[in-house]
Amino acid sequence: MSEMFLRNVPGTDDILKNITVGIAGCGGIGSNVATSLTRSGIGSLVIADMDMVEITNLNRQHYFQDDIGKIKVDALSTHLSNINPEVKIIKHFGKITAHNYLELFHDVDILVEAFDLAGEKKWLIEGWMKNKPNIPIIAGSGLSGIGSTARIKIQKSGILTICGDQESDMSQGLIASRVILVANMIAHEVISEILKDKLK
Amino acid sequence: MITVNNRDQLDWTENMTVRDILKLMGHTYSLITVTVNDQLVEDEDYDSFIVPDHAFVSVFHLAHGG
Repeated sequence: MSEMFLRNVPGTDDILKNITVGIAGCGGIGSNVATSLTRSGIGSLVIADMDMVEITNLNRQHYFQDDIGKIKVDALSTHLSNINPEVKIIKHFGKITAHNYLELFHDVDILVEAFDLAGEKKWLIEGWMKNKPNIPIIAGSGLSGIGSTARIKIQKSGILTICGDQESDMSQGLIASRVILVANMIAHEVISEILKDKLK
Repeated sequence: MITVNNRDQLDWTENMTVRDILKLMGHTYSLITVTVNDQLVEDEDYDSFIVPDHAFVSVFHLAHGG
């Protein structure tokens, strides 16, 4: 067992290090989910995004001043390796589309949906449910504004889990405390999903 | 009787569709994902998918922001 995980929940390390999680989008949700999963001991991540780091990302996304102008998946990969040098990272720089997502994430144990736009969330969630009916997908919906934490919920049906208030829209603005809260709920749902059967 | 979002209960009627349930629940927002008994129902099937009695229906609202 790696010394890094001596304080982890006993019995989880050997399970988590053999898991691959796909993360579609490396913004407010995706970058923070990737960070928490790396700290938790997930062994492999497939991260995909088409953007560069901009200064406006730094209020909520896991990037730093000297990342500005860098490709997000490159910057994030560096940060994740700085947390755990043993984490395996497959990077895809480019747009995730309805034509390539199955290939990009063909070998993952769980997929995290971390897109900005609701229409894109819809095609990814529904496409995944149709084409990968046995692989869980965990998504975010409603993490904007300054609404009460009590409004944030977890809703599940079959392979789909959605975290968020399912109401607030990014036109209300995005603040770190709420975005990262939902990102960490998603990360924890990933961990719970993996461990629910294997720790019985 | 059918259950929506593990909370609301609706009287079941014969030939009740997903569209009927969305109307009864007052859902007008288009960016939603719907499941019936944990199975996805796609948009184009809302008018034709017949919801069985005692079904569990989930309606997920998809909001911008990520």
